[in-house]
Amino acid sequence: MGAPLLRVEDLRAYFHTADGVVRAVDGVSFSLEPGETLGIVGESGCGKTVACLSILRLLDPPGRIEPGSRIMLRDRELTAASEEEMRSVRGNEISMIFQEPMTSLNPVWTIGDQIAETLRRHRRARPAEARRRAAEMLRLMGIGFPEQRLDEYPHQFSGGMRQRAMLAMALACDPSVLIADEPTTALDVTIQAEILDLLAGLQERLGMGLVFVSHDLGVIAQIADRVIVMYAGQVVESGTADEIFRRPRHPYSEGLLRATPRVGRKMQQLSVIPGSVASPKLWPSGCRFHPRCPYAWDRCREELPVLRGEARAVRCWLEEEPARRTGGWDGAALAEDR
Amino acid sequence: MNEAAAGAEDRPERGHIAKAAALVPGLAHLLEGRRRAGLSLLALALVTLAVLVFAIDRVAATFTTGRVDYWVALVTLIGAAAVAWGVGFREALGGPRARAKGVSQWAIAWREFSRNRVAVLGLYLMLTLYLATLLAPYLTPYEPNTIGDMATTRHLSPSLAHLMGTDKFGRDVFTRVLYGARISLSIGLIAVSISVTLGTVVGAASGYFGRVVDTVLMRFVDMFISFPRLVLLITVIALFEPSIFTVIVVLGLTLWPSTARIVRGEVLSLREREFVEAARALGLSGARIICRHIIPNVLGPVIVAATLGLGNIILVEAGLSFLGLSVQPPTPSWGNIIEGGREYLVQAWWVSTFPGLAIVVTVVAFNLIGDGLRDALDPRQRM
Amino acid sequence: MVASTGRQGAAEGLPTGATRRPLVAAEALVKHFPIHSGLFGRETGRVQAVDGVSLEIRRGETLALVGESGCGKTTTGRLLLWLLEPTAGRVIFDGQDMSSLDRVGLRAFRRRAQIIFQDPFGSLNPRMTVGSLLREVLRVHRLARGEAAEQRIGELLDAVGLHADEASKYPHQFSGGQRQRIGIARALAVQPDFVVADEPVSALDVSVQAQVLNLLADLQRRFNLTYLFITHDLSVVRQIADRVAVMYLGRVVELGDCDSLFRGPLHPYTQALLSAVPDPERGTERRRIALSGDVASPAAPPPGCPFHPRCPHPGVDDTCRTLVPPLRTLAGGAQAACHKI
Repeated sequence: MGAPLLRVEDLRAYFHTADGVVRAVDGVSFSLEPGETLGIVGESGCGKTVACLSILRLLDPPGRIEPGSRIMLRDRELTAASEEEMRSVRGNEISMIFQEPMTSLNPVWTIGDQIAETLRRHRRARPAEARRRAAEMLRLMGIGFPEQRLDEYPHQFSGGMRQRAMLAMALACDPSVLIADEPTTALDVTIQAEILDLLAGLQERLGMGLVFVSHDLGVIAQIADRVIVMYAGQVVESGTADEIFRRPRHPYSEGLLRATPRVGRKMQQLSVIPGSVASPKLWPSGCRFHPRCPYAWDRCREELPVLRGEARAVRCWLEEEPARRTGGWDGAALAEDR
Repeated sequence: MNEAAAGAEDRPERGHIAKAAALVPGLAHLLEGRRRAGLSLLALALVTLAVLVFAIDRVAATFTTGRVDYWVALVTLIGAAAVAWGVGFREALGGPRARAKGVSQWAIAWREFSRNRVAVLGLYLMLTLYLATLLAPYLTPYEPNTIGDMATTRHLSPSLAHLMGTDKFGRDVFTRVLYGARISLSIGLIAVSISVTLGTVVGAASGYFGRVVDTVLMRFVDMFISFPRLVLLITVIALFEPSIFTVIVVLGLTLWPSTARIVRGEVLSLREREFVEAARALGLSGARIICRHIIPNVLGPVIVAATLGLGNIILVEAGLSFLGLSVQPPTPSWGNIIEGGREYLVQAWWVSTFPGLAIVVTVVAFNLIGDGLRDALDPRQRM
Repeated sequence: MVASTGRQGAAEGLPTGATRRPLVAAEALVKHFPIHSGLFGRETGRVQAVDGVSLEIRRGETLALVGESGCGKTTTGRLLLWLLEPTAGRVIFDGQDMSSLDRVGLRAFRRRAQIIFQDPFGSLNPRMTVGSLLREVLRVHRLARGEAAEQRIGELLDAVGLHADEASKYPHQFSGGQRQRIGIARALAVQPDFVVADEPVSALDVSVQAQVLNLLADLQRRFNLTYLFITHDLSVVRQIADRVAVMYLGRVVELGDCDSLFRGPLHPYTQALLSAVPDPERGTERRRIALSGDVASPAAPPPGCPFHPRCPHPGVDDTCRTLVPPLRTLAGGAQAACHKI
């Protein structure tokens, strides 16, 4: 296989604020093949959204991609691209959809205008042609009566329909990569299920690479082929969806899974990851998860573990000293947190 | 935060220096590396000292003149000195500052504001001007309204004796600008307080109670807004005698509708906030919810509107006095000083220029402060 | 009856007769919000947020109210707390009809019934310290003053897992999970019997969500609380509820014991809802019951069964399209509103 579709290497995105440097994304690497879905899981503040915005170079100052980071779209280096080049990449080769379908659409333009706009910008399509293509996109998204709905305004669409319209906009130019940042979080479960099915179907048909970001383990388990788990601006574990959800190796992934309630069964008591998510203003020393980790020992407090492994990688000292994996989450659940 | 910690650590080591620092206000702050606070205190102390040294005869005269503005100046002087030394003392001698762990939204807003250099500059300008107007009797040896010897003092150009020259009646322009500032600033402040109070009450009531109250009050506001202010002013002043009082009342009564609009909008969104609902679920009374939970949260935009409104009112007042519809000569106001110099713009440019500059500086300063406050109080930046 | 963690504590302290009588009961509750428009605000329509909800909440239990956005679950919660007055129907709290309460009675009620909100950012007044917001509650209800109040604030913060000396901090100095704990402490300050928890963990991170869920369960045992747990998240319901009521377009479509409802949902909507929940264990091997179309607007609900336009049941017929199915009690004790069961 040649170069992957998208390769991110040692991505670091920092915010240089008056209060100091916020290291929101601190050395994230991953790659994406055509037709593949990469799931990024993590809680708020772990840097997953900033990482996505960085790929499209959409970070606003004081946010900045640090030198040394590499973002390769096939064999093009995006960190070195000019703003003009980036504009032709955005929405054309790499598209992004966001969590809030309410605010991501401009309320003063019709849905049709907004889909056509991307086409006219990137494909230089004539108005009639753009409109025809826009209607086709809406039909592809499973929206009935697309010709009529083109002339409607976003407020006339329900939440799920808006997310479909967003998708239509994002996919109008046949991008090779789609980045979806929590696209179903604001939706009801039944609508979420529809959108997930739609995304999976579209990907099969269009063969694009999909980066799907979510805090919801269930959603990621359902849609992703490979998964990276992020904590405190770093990748703590990566592997196939099956590996991550059936045999998590990092204490954080493990704890997260045990803390997630299931519809399928009732747990005796949910495990608890003590404390709260680390703040990007001041990451803990050593392993960034150590203050919440049930296994942590001296080494974890002092040394930042390296991400070991290729396709299946874990950032934890337990990988070197597996004998220390004793007690763990069951003990922590009983202890309760403060 | 770091400064505070550092200060607390090295405190035990500074024995004598700290005590010595207590005598010079601001020194303690400077030793701790808090430059801005230290320099401001030092400057304040030096100003009061300088006034005392250079105008001691007029300070002494306070007790014989029996005039109100002299007394105001004296109290201001004592107040400024007390503040400068008091703060300095507390810093130098007080034990480790009892810093509560709570950092209020106001504290954050202040930190944000103080980072905005231009806005802080505006604030200093305003404070200086205000202090100067209060200390006016001590800062200038002349009287604002006493007509001088027309033959010898008419239209003197700026010099050390007359910083801004003299006008056609031989009066010192600097003195008149200082006293005029007093009038202009007072009119601005009082009119804004009236409009803010009225606007907040009306807006809060309208937004919180909604329905009929809202409809009635808002239609009333619409009526007020749609009436041209200048026409209203001229009518009212034509009916009554032009005086400071009429101007204050009319200006105050024409500005409140915009505040009411702002407050109503804020209250409408606050009313839906869950903490207000929580307060209702806890059985708190309507009045209590408005006062404790709603008003403090609308103060931010109100303060911004008030600051920007101040600049605006000062401008309007200047225009009115220029037209002779406000404060009547010989009482000085910036507008009527400019008007007085209008005929002699070529021979005596200074008469109109300096009050004009004063207006520009003041209005710009208020706008800078207002913009700074707007950024600092924007709640979207936190949470 | 299935014994569950939540109920044990409650049953102990009460005479057996009292457990029979529900603490809270809704009888055919209806809430319509008028839609005003035009210059004179004439009423041009009505949003039928809640349309005939009847349910009982037993002492010491957790009843979960589940449904998607716009189904009226939040409005139902507000009605039971008398924060909204129903258009029709009755709310009975501890044997008393709420509409008969005067000011004094209502004030007493406010001490017995409390609410916890979803948004840990919006539910605390940003201008008040944690201490002052708790103090206000204690003072308004004349529960404690001065030294006693400070001690009580310490106890409350301790009960929700915060440190007493954090009382001087402002809400923005806490993380989302901690703020939710503060919200819980505020609700507990009046020592209520009944707590409506409106999506209390939906805005929290997974790892923190588990902490708060465990805390709620723990407090229920300690203080003998009765919960109405409003949520859209079915996996959370499974974890915390004793009984579940599923709402759709302002009506309860199914009500039953938690375990049996999750094992064998009766109503087609409940079945579809359950099948749509992603579960990290099931991964991609799930069989989803597809629903077509969107939820109808509560301003224009369809005639007949509110679910019929989306219903996956093969036998949808004219009865479904014209007649509103009543909530019927079925063999196992569960209740469902469907013509086809």
